Amino acid sequence: MEDNIIQVTNLSKSFDISSKEPGVKGTLKHFFKRETKSIEVIKNVNFQIKKGEIVGFLGANGAGKTTILKILCGLIYPSKGKLSVADYLPYKRRPNFLKKITLIMGQKQQLIWDLPPIESFYLNAAIYDIEKFEAKKRIKKLSDMLEIEKELYIPVRKLSLGQRMKSELLAALIHKPNILFLDEPTLGLDINAQRNLRKFLQIYNKETDATICLTSHYMKDITSLCKRVICIHEGCITYDGKLDKLLKRISPVKDILIICKTDKDAKELSNSGFIIKNKSQKEITITIKKDSIKSTLKKILNKFDIEDLYINEPPVDEIIGNILIKKKL
Amino acid sequence: MNIKKYIKIYSLFLYTSIASELEYKTNLIIDFITAILSLVGSIFLLTIFFQNTDNIGGWNFEQALVIQGIYTILNGITNTWFNPNLTEIVKHIREGTLDFVLIKPIDSQFFISLKKIAPSGFLEIIIGFVLLFYCISINQININLGFLFLCLTTLFCSIVILYSLWFLISTTTIWFVKTWNATEVLRSFLYIGRFPLSSFSFSLRIFFSIFIPIAFITTIPSEVFIGIAQIWEISFEIIVAGIFFIVSRKFWFFALKYYTSASS
Repeated sequence: MEDNIIQVTNLSKSFDISSKEPGVKGTLKHFFKRETKSIEVIKNVNFQIKKGEIVGFLGANGAGKTTILKILCGLIYPSKGKLSVADYLPYKRRPNFLKKITLIMGQKQQLIWDLPPIESFYLNAAIYDIEKFEAKKRIKKLSDMLEIEKELYIPVRKLSLGQRMKSELLAALIHKPNILFLDEPTLGLDINAQRNLRKFLQIYNKETDATICLTSHYMKDITSLCKRVICIHEGCITYDGKLDKLLKRISPVKDILIICKTDKDAKELSNSGFIIKNKSQKEITITIKKDSIKSTLKKILNKFDIEDLYINEPPVDEIIGNILIKKKL
Repeated sequence: MNIKKYIKIYSLFLYTSIASELEYKTNLIIDFITAILSLVGSIFLLTIFFQNTDNIGGWNFEQALVIQGIYTILNGITNTWFNPNLTEIVKHIREGTLDFVLIKPIDSQFFISLKKIAPSGFLEIIIGFVLLFYCISINQININLGFLFLCLTTLFCSIVILYSLWFLISTTTIWFVKTWNATEVLRSFLYIGRFPLSSFSFSLRIFFSIFIPIAFITTIPSEVFIGIAQIWEISFEIIVAGIFFIVSRKFWFFALKYYTSASS
Protein backbone atom coordinates (compact mmCIF):
# COMPACT_ATOMS: atom_id res chain seq x y z
CA MET A 1 0.00 0.00 0.00
CA GLU A 2 1.49 3.29 -1.07
CA ASP A 3 0.02 5.49 1.65
CA ASN A 4 1.42 3.31 4.40
CA ILE A 5 4.20 5.31 6.03
CA ILE A 6 5.11 2.48 8.41
CA GLN A 7 5.16 -1.16 7.34
CA VAL A 8 6.15 -3.95 9.67
CA THR A 9 6.24 -7.60 8.60
CA ASN A 10 7.08 -10.57 10.82
CA LEU A 11 9.12 -8.41 13.18
CA SER A 12 10.83 -10.17 16.07
CA LYS A 13 13.35 -9.04 18.64
CA SER A 14 15.24 -11.11 21.19
CA PHE A 15 17.30 -9.86 24.12
CA ASP A 16 19.84 -11.78 26.15
CA ILE A 17 18.74 -11.39 29.74
CA SER A 18 20.55 -12.79 32.78
CA SER A 19 18.67 -13.84 35.89
CA LYS A 20 19.98 -13.95 39.47
CA GLU A 21 18.91 -16.06 42.40
CA PRO A 22 18.55 -14.28 45.76
CA GLY A 23 21.10 -14.45 48.57
CA VAL A 24 24.90 -14.59 48.81
CA LYS A 25 25.12 -17.92 46.96
CA GLY A 26 23.01 -16.56 44.12
CA THR A 27 25.09 -13.38 43.95
CA LEU A 28 28.38 -15.32 43.78
CA LYS A 29 26.96 -17.67 41.16
CA HIS A 30 25.72 -14.66 39.18
CA PHE A 31 29.16 -13.04 39.40
CA PHE A 32 31.23 -16.07 38.36
CA LYS A 33 28.89 -17.96 36.08
CA ARG A 34 26.21 -15.75 34.65
CA GLU A 35 23.37 -17.59 33.03
CA THR A 36 21.84 -15.67 30.18
CA LYS A 37 18.72 -16.60 28.35
CA SER A 38 17.60 -15.29 25.01
CA ILE A 39 14.09 -13.94 25.46
CA GLU A 40 11.93 -13.07 22.49
CA VAL A 41 10.30 -9.79 23.53
CA ILE A 42 8.67 -9.11 20.15
CA LYS A 43 7.19 -12.09 18.34
CA ASN A 44 6.30 -12.03 14.66
CA VAL A 45 4.55 -8.69 14.71
CA ASN A 46 2.76 -7.33 11.61
CA PHE A 47 1.09 -3.96 11.11
CA GLN A 48 0.86 -0.97 8.79
CA ILE A 49 0.28 2.66 9.68
CA LYS A 50 -1.04 5.23 7.24
CA LYS A 51 0.24 8.77 6.89
CA GLY A 52 -1.52 11.11 9.32
CA GLU A 53 -2.85 8.33 11.57
CA ILE A 54 -2.62 8.50 15.36
CA VAL A 55 -2.10 5.01 16.69
CA GLY A 56 -2.00 4.05 20.35
CA PHE A 57 0.09 1.10 21.47
CA LEU A 58 -1.56 -0.57 24.45
CA GLY A 59 -0.04 -3.14 26.72
CA ALA A 60 1.01 -3.86 30.28
CA ASN A 61 4.51 -2.96 31.51
CA GLY A 62 7.06 -5.09 29.68
CA ALA A 63 4.64 -6.06 26.90
CA GLY A 64 7.02 -4.73 24.23
CA LYS A 65 5.44 -1.36 23.28
CA THR A 66 8.54 0.74 23.87
CA THR A 67 10.76 -1.83 22.14
CA ILE A 68 8.56 -1.60 19.04
CA LEU A 69 8.75 2.21 19.10
CA LYS A 70 12.52 2.09 19.47
CA ILE A 71 12.86 -0.36 16.59
CA LEU A 72 10.72 1.96 14.45
CA CYS A 73 12.99 4.90 15.40
CA GLY A 74 16.09 2.93 14.44
CA LEU A 75 17.50 2.81 17.96
CA ILE A 76 17.31 -0.96 18.29
CA TYR A 77 18.22 -3.48 15.60
CA PRO A 78 15.44 -6.01 14.93
CA SER A 79 16.38 -9.70 15.20
CA LYS A 80 14.08 -10.81 12.39
CA GLY A 81 11.52 -9.43 9.96
CA LYS A 82 11.08 -6.60 7.54
CA LEU A 83 10.27 -3.01 8.29
CA SER A 84 10.10 0.28 6.50
CA VAL A 85 9.48 3.72 7.99
CA ALA A 86 9.01 6.59 5.51
CA ASP A 87 10.63 4.29 2.90
CA TYR A 88 13.79 3.87 4.98
CA LEU A 89 15.27 1.01 6.95
CA PRO A 90 15.21 2.65 10.39
CA TYR A 91 18.28 0.92 11.90
CA LYS A 92 20.50 2.33 9.12
CA ARG A 93 19.78 5.75 10.67
CA ARG A 94 20.27 7.72 7.45
CA PRO A 95 20.33 11.50 8.11
CA ASN A 96 17.34 12.05 5.79
CA PHE A 97 15.35 9.47 7.75
CA LEU A 98 16.30 10.97 11.10
CA LYS A 99 15.15 14.40 9.87
CA LYS A 100 11.67 12.94 9.31
CA ILE A 101 11.14 11.42 12.74
CA THR A 102 11.23 12.41 16.37
CA LEU A 103 11.10 10.59 19.68
CA ILE A 104 9.68 12.00 22.88
CA MET A 105 10.07 10.05 26.10
CA GLY A 106 8.11 11.25 29.10
CA GLN A 107 10.70 10.00 31.57
CA LYS A 108 13.87 11.19 29.83
CA GLN A 109 15.03 14.60 28.79
CA GLN A 110 17.38 16.06 26.24
CA LEU A 111 17.32 19.75 27.21
CA ILE A 112 20.49 21.27 28.71
CA TRP A 113 19.69 21.30 32.42
CA ASP A 114 21.46 24.52 33.46
CA LEU A 115 20.46 26.71 30.52
CA PRO A 116 17.14 28.13 29.31
CA PRO A 117 15.35 25.87 26.78
CA ILE A 118 15.92 28.35 23.94
CA GLU A 119 19.66 27.45 23.95
CA SER A 120 18.82 23.77 23.38
CA PHE A 121 16.38 24.74 20.60
CA TYR A 122 19.08 26.64 18.70
CA LEU A 123 21.49 23.73 19.13
CA ASN A 124 18.89 21.32 17.76
CA ALA A 125 18.18 23.71 14.90
CA ALA A 126 21.87 23.65 13.92
CA ILE A 127 21.93 19.84 14.10
CA TYR A 128 18.90 19.66 11.78
CA ASP A 129 20.41 22.22 9.33
CA ILE A 130 17.79 24.87 10.10
CA GLU A 131 18.87 28.49 9.54
CA LYS A 132 18.67 30.75 12.60
CA PHE A 133 15.99 32.96 11.03
CA GLU A 134 13.79 29.95 10.24
CA ALA A 135 14.48 28.45 13.69
CA LYS A 136 13.33 31.69 15.34
CA LYS A 137 10.07 31.56 13.36
CA ARG A 138 9.42 27.92 14.30
CA ILE A 139 10.25 28.51 17.98
CA LYS A 140 7.85 31.48 18.01
CA LYS A 141 5.05 29.45 16.44
CA LEU A 142 5.48 26.34 18.58
CA SER A 143 5.94 28.31 21.81
CA ASP A 144 2.71 30.18 21.05
CA MET A 145 0.89 26.90 20.48
CA LEU A 146 2.36 25.37 23.65
CA GLU A 147 1.96 28.61 25.64
CA ILE A 148 5.55 28.68 26.90
CA GLU A 149 6.78 32.04 25.55
CA LYS A 150 8.02 33.22 28.98
CA GLU A 151 9.58 29.90 29.96
CA LEU A 152 11.92 29.95 26.96
CA TYR A 153 14.36 32.14 28.90
CA ILE A 154 14.28 30.41 32.30
CA PRO A 155 16.89 27.70 33.10
CA VAL A 156 15.40 24.23 32.59
CA ARG A 157 16.16 23.21 36.19
CA LYS A 158 13.82 25.97 37.40
CA LEU A 159 10.86 24.89 35.22
CA SER A 160 7.96 22.77 36.44
CA LEU A 161 7.56 19.25 35.05
CA GLY A 162 4.73 20.41 32.76
CA GLN A 163 6.73 23.37 31.42
CA ARG A 164 9.74 21.11 30.93
CA MET A 165 7.70 18.56 29.00
CA LYS A 166 6.32 21.28 26.72
CA SER A 167 9.88 22.49 26.14
CA GLU A 168 10.98 18.92 25.38
CA LEU A 169 8.17 18.72 22.85
CA LEU A 170 9.28 21.96 21.21
CA ALA A 171 12.90 20.72 21.04
CA ALA A 172 11.70 17.50 19.43
CA LEU A 173 9.46 19.24 16.88
CA ILE A 174 11.69 22.08 15.72
CA HIS A 175 12.64 20.16 12.56
CA LYS A 176 8.97 19.60 11.60
CA PRO A 177 9.05 15.78 11.71
CA ASN A 178 6.47 13.76 9.77
CA ILE A 179 6.44 10.90 12.24
CA LEU A 180 6.24 11.34 16.01
CA PHE A 181 7.06 8.50 18.37
CA LEU A 182 5.74 9.36 21.81
CA ASP A 183 6.60 7.10 24.72
CA GLU A 184 4.39 8.03 27.67
CA PRO A 185 4.55 11.76 26.95
CA THR A 186 2.20 12.75 29.79
CA LEU A 187 3.96 10.76 32.50
CA GLY A 188 3.87 12.62 35.81
CA LEU A 189 1.98 15.65 34.46
CA ASP A 190 -1.03 17.11 36.26
CA ILE A 191 -4.51 16.89 34.68
CA ASN A 192 -4.37 20.35 33.09
CA ALA A 193 -0.90 19.83 31.67
CA GLN A 194 -1.99 16.45 30.27
CA ARG A 195 -5.04 18.03 28.63
CA ASN A 196 -2.97 20.87 27.12
CA LEU A 197 -0.45 18.43 25.71
CA ARG A 198 -3.19 16.30 24.15
CA LYS A 199 -4.80 19.40 22.67
CA PHE A 200 -1.48 20.44 21.20
CA LEU A 201 -0.89 17.01 19.65
CA GLN A 202 -4.36 17.04 18.09
CA ILE A 203 -3.73 20.46 16.53
CA TYR A 204 -0.22 19.47 15.40
CA ASN A 205 -1.60 16.34 13.74
CA LYS A 206 -4.36 18.30 12.02
CA GLU A 207 -2.06 21.09 10.78
CA THR A 208 0.88 18.99 9.61
CA ASP A 209 -0.75 15.62 8.85
CA ALA A 210 1.99 14.04 10.94
CA THR A 211 1.76 10.38 11.86
CA ILE A 212 1.79 9.76 15.61
CA CYS A 213 2.62 6.50 17.38
CA LEU A 214 1.87 6.75 21.06
CA THR A 215 2.25 4.63 24.15
CA SER A 216 0.66 5.73 27.39
CA HIS A 217 -0.68 4.35 30.63
CA TYR A 218 -3.08 7.28 30.91
CA MET A 219 -6.19 6.02 29.15
CA LYS A 220 -7.39 9.55 28.52
CA ASP A 221 -4.38 10.02 26.20
CA ILE A 222 -5.45 6.99 24.19
CA THR A 223 -9.18 7.68 24.13
CA SER A 224 -8.89 11.35 23.21
CA LEU A 225 -6.09 11.01 20.64
CA CYS A 226 -6.24 7.57 19.04
CA LYS A 227 -8.97 6.20 16.82
CA ARG A 228 -6.88 3.10 16.25
CA VAL A 229 -5.09 1.00 18.84
CA ILE A 230 -2.65 -1.88 18.66
CA CYS A 231 -2.79 -4.08 21.76
CA ILE A 232 0.36 -5.97 22.66
CA HIS A 233 0.61 -8.84 25.09
CA GLU A 234 3.95 -10.55 25.77
CA GLY A 235 5.37 -9.34 22.46
CA CYS A 236 2.39 -10.40 20.30
CA ILE A 237 -0.32 -8.24 18.79
CA THR A 238 -3.65 -9.25 20.30
CA TYR A 239 -5.76 -6.57 18.61
CA ASP A 240 -5.24 -4.04 15.83
CA GLY A 241 -8.20 -1.88 14.91
CA LYS A 242 -10.60 0.85 15.96
CA LEU A 243 -10.75 1.67 19.66
CA ASP A 244 -14.60 1.98 19.65
CA LYS A 245 -14.98 -1.46 18.16
CA LEU A 246 -12.64 -2.94 20.74
CA LEU A 247 -14.47 -1.33 23.63
CA LYS A 248 -17.79 -2.66 22.37
CA ARG A 249 -16.37 -6.12 21.84
CA ILE A 250 -14.50 -6.38 25.06
CA SER A 251 -17.14 -4.89 27.30
CA PRO A 252 -20.49 -6.62 26.84
CA VAL A 253 -21.62 -5.29 30.23
CA LYS A 254 -23.21 -2.16 31.67
CA ASP A 255 -23.15 -0.71 35.15
CA ILE A 256 -26.47 0.28 36.76
CA LEU A 257 -26.42 2.65 39.72
CA ILE A 258 -29.57 2.16 41.76
CA ILE A 259 -30.55 4.57 44.54
CA CYS A 260 -33.03 2.85 46.84
CA LYS A 261 -35.59 4.75 48.91
CA THR A 262 -34.98 2.76 52.11
CA ASP A 263 -32.10 0.89 53.73
CA LYS A 264 -34.28 -2.20 53.78
CA ASP A 265 -34.68 -2.17 49.97
CA ALA A 266 -30.95 -1.60 49.56
CA LYS A 267 -30.21 -4.59 51.77
CA GLU A 268 -32.67 -6.81 49.94
CA LEU A 269 -31.36 -5.69 46.56
CA SER A 270 -27.78 -6.48 47.50
CA ASN A 271 -28.86 -9.99 48.50
CA SER A 272 -30.81 -10.69 45.29
CA GLY A 273 -28.01 -12.41 43.41
CA PHE A 274 -26.81 -9.49 41.24
CA ILE A 275 -23.10 -8.84 40.70
CA ILE A 276 -22.46 -5.96 43.10
CA LYS A 277 -19.72 -3.59 42.00
CA ASN A 278 -20.10 -0.86 44.63
CA LYS A 279 -22.25 -0.36 47.64
CA SER A 280 -22.69 2.62 49.95
CA GLN A 281 -25.82 2.92 52.13
CA LYS A 282 -28.75 3.33 49.72
CA GLU A 283 -26.62 3.45 46.54
CA ILE A 284 -25.77 0.18 44.84
CA THR A 285 -23.96 -0.34 41.54
CA ILE A 286 -24.58 -3.65 39.80
CA THR A 287 -22.97 -5.01 36.62
CA ILE A 288 -25.22 -6.78 34.12
CA LYS A 289 -24.92 -8.17 30.61
CA LYS A 290 -26.01 -5.72 27.91
CA ASP A 291 -28.59 -8.14 26.50
CA SER A 292 -30.35 -8.54 29.83
CA ILE A 293 -30.92 -4.85 30.59
CA LYS A 294 -34.66 -4.91 29.90
CA SER A 295 -35.49 -7.97 32.00
CA THR A 296 -33.21 -6.91 34.87
CA LEU A 297 -34.70 -3.41 35.05
CA LYS A 298 -38.22 -4.82 34.98
CA LYS A 299 -37.37 -7.13 37.87
CA ILE A 300 -35.78 -4.36 39.96
CA LEU A 301 -38.57 -1.82 39.36
CA ASN A 302 -41.26 -4.34 40.24
CA LYS A 303 -39.62 -5.68 43.35
CA PHE A 304 -37.95 -2.66 45.00
CA ASP A 305 -38.82 0.91 45.88
CA ILE A 306 -36.40 2.90 43.74
CA GLU A 307 -35.67 6.63 44.04
CA ASP A 308 -33.39 6.96 41.00
CA LEU A 309 -31.49 4.86 38.50
CA TYR A 310 -28.53 5.42 36.10
CA ILE A 311 -27.21 3.16 33.34
CA ASN A 312 -23.49 3.63 32.58
CA GLU A 313 -20.75 2.10 30.46
CA PRO A 314 -17.95 0.81 32.71
CA PRO A 315 -15.00 3.29 32.85
CA VAL A 316 -12.64 2.98 29.88
CA ASP A 317 -9.65 2.56 32.22
CA GLU A 318 -11.25 -0.53 33.64
CA ILE A 319 -12.00 -2.05 30.24
CA ILE A 320 -8.53 -1.30 28.94
CA GLY A 321 -7.03 -2.63 32.16
CA ASN A 322 -8.70 -5.94 31.34
CA ILE A 323 -7.44 -5.79 27.76
CA LEU A 324 -3.85 -5.48 28.94
CA ILE A 325 -3.87 -8.81 30.73
CA LYS A 326 -5.73 -10.78 28.06
CA LYS A 327 -3.87 -13.03 25.66
CA LYS A 328 -6.71 -13.12 23.14
CA LEU A 329 -9.22 -10.39 22.35
CA MET B 1 30.66 15.05 6.33
CA ASN B 2 29.62 18.69 6.12
CA ILE B 3 32.58 20.42 7.82
CA LYS B 4 30.86 23.83 7.97
CA LYS B 5 27.87 22.32 9.77
CA TYR B 6 30.11 20.52 12.26
CA ILE B 7 32.13 23.67 13.00
CA LYS B 8 28.89 25.55 13.65
CA ILE B 9 27.61 22.79 15.94
CA TYR B 10 30.92 22.62 17.77
CA SER B 11 30.87 26.37 18.36
CA LEU B 12 27.40 25.90 19.91
CA PHE B 13 28.70 23.02 22.06
CA LEU B 14 31.47 25.34 23.28
CA TYR B 15 29.08 28.17 23.98
CA THR B 16 26.47 26.06 25.82
CA SER B 17 29.12 24.26 27.89
CA ILE B 18 30.84 27.46 28.97
CA ALA B 19 27.48 29.12 29.67
CA SER B 20 26.46 26.09 31.79
CA GLU B 21 29.73 26.22 33.74
CA LEU B 22 29.37 29.96 34.34
CA GLU B 23 26.09 29.23 36.12
CA TYR B 24 28.22 27.88 38.99
CA LYS B 25 30.94 30.49 39.59
CA THR B 26 32.33 29.04 42.85
CA ASN B 27 32.72 25.58 41.35
CA LEU B 28 34.65 27.08 38.43
CA ILE B 29 37.02 29.00 40.76
CA ILE B 30 37.64 25.84 42.85
CA ASP B 31 38.41 23.90 39.65
CA PHE B 32 40.96 26.54 38.61
CA ILE B 33 42.65 26.45 42.04
CA THR B 34 42.75 22.62 41.92
CA ALA B 35 44.44 22.74 38.50
CA ILE B 36 47.19 25.09 39.81
CA LEU B 37 47.74 23.04 42.98
CA SER B 38 47.93 19.81 40.97
CA LEU B 39 50.73 21.26 38.79
CA VAL B 40 52.65 22.60 41.82
CA GLY B 41 52.37 19.13 43.40
CA SER B 42 53.69 17.40 40.25
CA ILE B 43 56.73 19.68 39.98
CA PHE B 44 57.41 19.26 43.71
CA LEU B 45 57.36 15.47 43.23
CA LEU B 46 59.81 15.77 40.33
CA THR B 47 62.23 17.94 42.39
CA ILE B 48 62.17 15.32 45.18
CA PHE B 49 63.20 12.62 42.68
CA PHE B 50 66.04 14.75 41.31
CA GLN B 51 67.35 15.72 44.77
CA ASN B 52 69.04 12.33 45.03
CA THR B 53 70.01 11.72 41.42
CA ASP B 54 71.10 13.71 38.35
CA ASN B 55 68.97 11.81 35.93
CA ILE B 56 66.06 9.38 35.66
CA GLY B 57 66.32 6.93 32.75
CA GLY B 58 68.93 9.18 31.10
CA TRP B 59 66.80 12.34 31.40
CA ASN B 60 68.05 15.28 33.51
CA PHE B 61 65.72 17.60 35.46
CA GLU B 62 65.43 20.20 32.68
CA GLN B 63 64.53 17.50 30.14
CA ALA B 64 62.15 15.77 32.54
CA LEU B 65 60.39 19.10 32.91
CA VAL B 66 59.48 18.83 29.19
CA ILE B 67 57.68 15.56 29.92
CA GLN B 68 55.91 17.31 32.78
CA GLY B 69 54.84 20.07 30.34
CA ILE B 70 53.52 17.57 27.78
CA TYR B 71 51.80 15.61 30.57
CA THR B 72 50.18 18.82 31.88
CA ILE B 73 48.83 19.67 28.41
CA LEU B 74 47.46 16.13 27.96
CA ASN B 75 45.99 16.13 31.43
CA GLY B 76 44.38 19.51 30.64
CA ILE B 77 42.89 18.08 27.44
CA THR B 78 41.67 15.05 29.42
CA ASN B 79 40.02 17.30 31.98
CA THR B 80 38.59 19.69 29.38
CA TRP B 81 37.18 17.22 26.86
CA PHE B 82 37.60 13.53 27.68
CA ASN B 83 36.49 13.53 31.30
CA PRO B 84 33.21 15.46 30.92
CA ASN B 85 32.22 13.61 27.73
CA LEU B 86 33.61 10.11 27.79
CA THR B 87 32.58 9.37 31.37
CA GLU B 88 29.07 10.48 30.33
CA ILE B 89 28.90 7.66 27.76
CA VAL B 90 28.47 5.20 30.62
CA LYS B 91 25.63 7.34 31.98
CA HIS B 92 24.04 7.73 28.52
CA ILE B 93 23.99 3.96 28.07
CA ARG B 94 22.84 3.07 31.58
CA GLU B 95 20.02 5.60 31.55
CA GLY B 96 19.11 5.25 27.88
CA THR B 97 19.66 8.93 27.01
CA LEU B 98 21.92 7.78 24.18
CA ASP B 99 18.59 7.47 22.33
CA PHE B 100 18.49 11.25 21.94
CA VAL B 101 21.97 11.23 20.38
CA LEU B 102 21.26 8.37 18.01
CA ILE B 103 18.06 9.84 16.59
CA LYS B 104 19.80 13.05 15.57
CA PRO B 105 21.20 13.50 12.04
CA ILE B 106 24.73 13.96 13.33
CA ASP B 107 27.76 11.71 13.79
CA SER B 108 27.09 10.06 17.16
CA GLN B 109 30.79 9.71 18.02
CA PHE B 110 31.32 13.42 17.37
CA PHE B 111 28.31 14.33 19.49
CA ILE B 112 29.14 12.24 22.54
CA SER B 113 32.86 13.01 22.42
CA LEU B 114 32.63 16.77 22.13
CA LYS B 115 29.26 17.88 23.51
CA LYS B 116 30.67 19.23 26.79
CA ILE B 117 33.80 20.98 27.90
CA ALA B 118 35.11 21.79 31.38
CA PRO B 119 36.78 25.21 31.03
CA SER B 120 38.96 24.69 34.14
CA GLY B 121 41.09 22.28 32.07
CA PHE B 122 42.06 25.23 29.81
CA LEU B 123 44.23 26.56 32.60
CA GLU B 124 46.23 23.32 32.71
CA ILE B 125 46.70 23.46 28.93
CA ILE B 126 47.97 27.05 29.19
CA ILE B 127 50.25 26.18 32.13
CA GLY B 128 51.57 23.19 30.15
CA PHE B 129 52.47 25.42 27.19
CA VAL B 130 54.05 28.03 29.52
CA LEU B 131 56.16 25.25 31.05
CA LEU B 132 57.22 24.13 27.55
CA PHE B 133 58.24 27.71 26.64
CA TYR B 134 60.30 27.81 29.83
CA CYS B 135 61.87 24.48 28.83
CA ILE B 136 62.83 25.96 25.44
CA SER B 137 64.97 28.55 27.21
CA ILE B 138 66.53 26.26 29.85
CA ASN B 139 67.27 23.49 27.34
CA GLN B 140 68.48 26.04 24.73
CA ILE B 141 66.26 24.65 21.99
CA ASN B 142 66.27 26.20 18.51
CA ILE B 143 62.78 26.75 17.21
CA ASN B 144 62.03 26.37 13.51
CA LEU B 145 58.99 25.43 11.44
CA GLY B 146 59.99 21.77 11.10
CA PHE B 147 60.46 21.51 14.87
CA LEU B 148 57.07 23.08 15.54
CA PHE B 149 55.36 20.85 12.96
CA LEU B 150 56.84 17.67 14.45
CA CYS B 151 56.07 18.75 18.01
CA LEU B 152 52.45 19.53 17.21
CA THR B 153 52.03 16.38 15.09
CA THR B 154 53.30 14.05 17.82
CA LEU B 155 51.31 15.91 20.47
CA PHE B 156 48.17 15.60 18.32
CA CYS B 157 48.85 11.87 17.83
CA SER B 158 49.22 11.46 21.59
CA ILE B 159 45.84 13.13 22.11
CA VAL B 160 44.30 10.81 19.48
CA ILE B 161 45.77 7.68 21.14
CA LEU B 162 44.59 8.73 24.58
CA TYR B 163 41.12 9.61 23.28
CA SER B 164 40.77 6.38 21.31
CA LEU B 165 41.82 4.24 24.28
CA TRP B 166 39.33 5.95 26.53
CA PHE B 167 36.60 5.80 23.93
CA LEU B 168 37.22 2.08 23.30
CA ILE B 169 36.87 1.30 26.99
CA SER B 170 33.73 3.45 27.31
CA THR B 171 32.18 1.73 24.28
CA THR B 172 32.30 -1.64 26.03
CA THR B 173 29.61 -0.20 28.34
CA ILE B 174 27.11 -1.23 25.65
CA TRP B 175 27.70 -4.85 26.74
CA PHE B 176 28.96 -4.49 30.30
CA VAL B 177 26.80 -1.46 31.27
CA LYS B 178 29.18 -0.29 34.00
CA THR B 179 32.88 0.29 33.21
CA TRP B 180 33.73 3.26 35.45
CA ASN B 181 36.63 1.32 36.96
CA ALA B 182 38.31 0.66 33.62
CA THR B 183 38.36 4.37 32.75
CA GLU B 184 39.62 5.15 36.27
CA VAL B 185 42.48 2.68 35.77
CA LEU B 186 43.29 4.41 32.50
CA ARG B 187 43.45 7.75 34.33
CA SER B 188 45.77 6.24 36.93
CA PHE B 189 48.03 4.95 34.17
CA LEU B 190 48.15 8.47 32.74
CA TYR B 191 50.11 9.50 35.86
CA ILE B 192 52.85 7.14 34.67
CA GLY B 193 53.21 9.42 31.65
CA ARG B 194 54.97 11.96 33.89
CA PHE B 195 58.13 9.87 33.77
CA PRO B 196 60.30 9.01 30.75
CA LEU B 197 59.66 5.60 29.22
CA SER B 198 63.36 4.73 29.62
CA SER B 199 63.05 5.01 33.41
CA PHE B 200 60.99 1.79 33.49
CA SER B 201 62.24 -1.81 33.33
CA PHE B 202 62.22 -3.52 29.91
CA SER B 203 59.03 -5.49 30.56
CA LEU B 204 57.17 -2.41 31.83
CA ARG B 205 58.41 -0.45 28.82
CA ILE B 206 56.89 -3.07 26.52
CA PHE B 207 53.65 -3.03 28.54
CA PHE B 208 53.32 0.77 28.55
CA SER B 209 54.30 1.04 24.87
CA ILE B 210 52.17 -1.66 23.32
CA PHE B 211 49.33 -2.70 25.57
CA ILE B 212 48.59 0.62 27.21
CA PRO B 213 50.69 3.17 25.33
CA ILE B 214 50.48 5.79 28.06
CA ALA B 215 54.17 6.46 28.72
CA PHE B 216 54.74 6.40 24.98
CA ILE B 217 52.28 9.25 24.41
CA THR B 218 54.26 11.68 26.58
CA THR B 219 57.76 10.36 25.89
CA ILE B 220 57.78 10.66 22.07
CA PRO B 221 56.52 14.30 21.91
CA SER B 222 59.04 15.14 24.66
CA GLU B 223 61.88 13.48 22.72
CA VAL B 224 60.88 15.47 19.64
CA PHE B 225 60.91 18.60 21.79
CA ILE B 226 64.45 18.11 23.03
CA GLY B 227 65.65 16.82 19.64
CA ILE B 228 66.45 13.21 20.47
CA ALA B 229 63.50 11.46 18.79
CA GLN B 230 64.16 8.86 16.11
CA ILE B 231 62.23 9.02 12.83
CA TRP B 232 60.91 5.49 13.35
CA GLU B 233 59.47 6.52 16.74
CA ILE B 234 57.59 9.45 15.20
CA SER B 235 56.30 7.30 12.32
CA PHE B 236 55.34 4.58 14.79
CA GLU B 237 53.32 7.03 16.88
CA ILE B 238 51.50 8.38 13.80
CA ILE B 239 50.63 4.82 12.68
CA VAL B 240 49.51 3.79 16.19
CA ALA B 241 47.33 6.92 16.47
CA GLY B 242 45.71 6.22 13.08
CA ILE B 243 45.06 2.58 13.93
CA PHE B 244 43.67 3.36 17.38
CA PHE B 245 41.32 6.02 16.01
CA ILE B 246 40.01 3.83 13.19
CA VAL B 247 39.55 0.87 15.55
CA SER B 248 37.71 3.04 18.11
CA ARG B 249 35.36 4.32 15.41
CA LYS B 250 34.67 0.90 13.86
CA PHE B 251 34.19 -0.59 17.31
CA TRP B 252 31.65 2.11 18.23
CA PHE B 253 29.50 1.44 15.16
CA PHE B 254 29.80 -2.30 15.71
CA ALA B 255 28.78 -1.91 19.37
CA LEU B 256 25.72 0.17 18.46
CA LYS B 257 24.24 -2.91 16.79
CA TYR B 258 24.04 -4.40 20.28
CA TYR B 259 22.60 -1.29 21.93
CA THR B 260 19.37 -2.26 23.64
CA SER B 261 18.50 1.14 25.17
CA ALA B 262 17.17 1.32 28.71
CA SER B 263 13.64 0.33 29.65
CA SER B 264 11.09 3.07 30.08
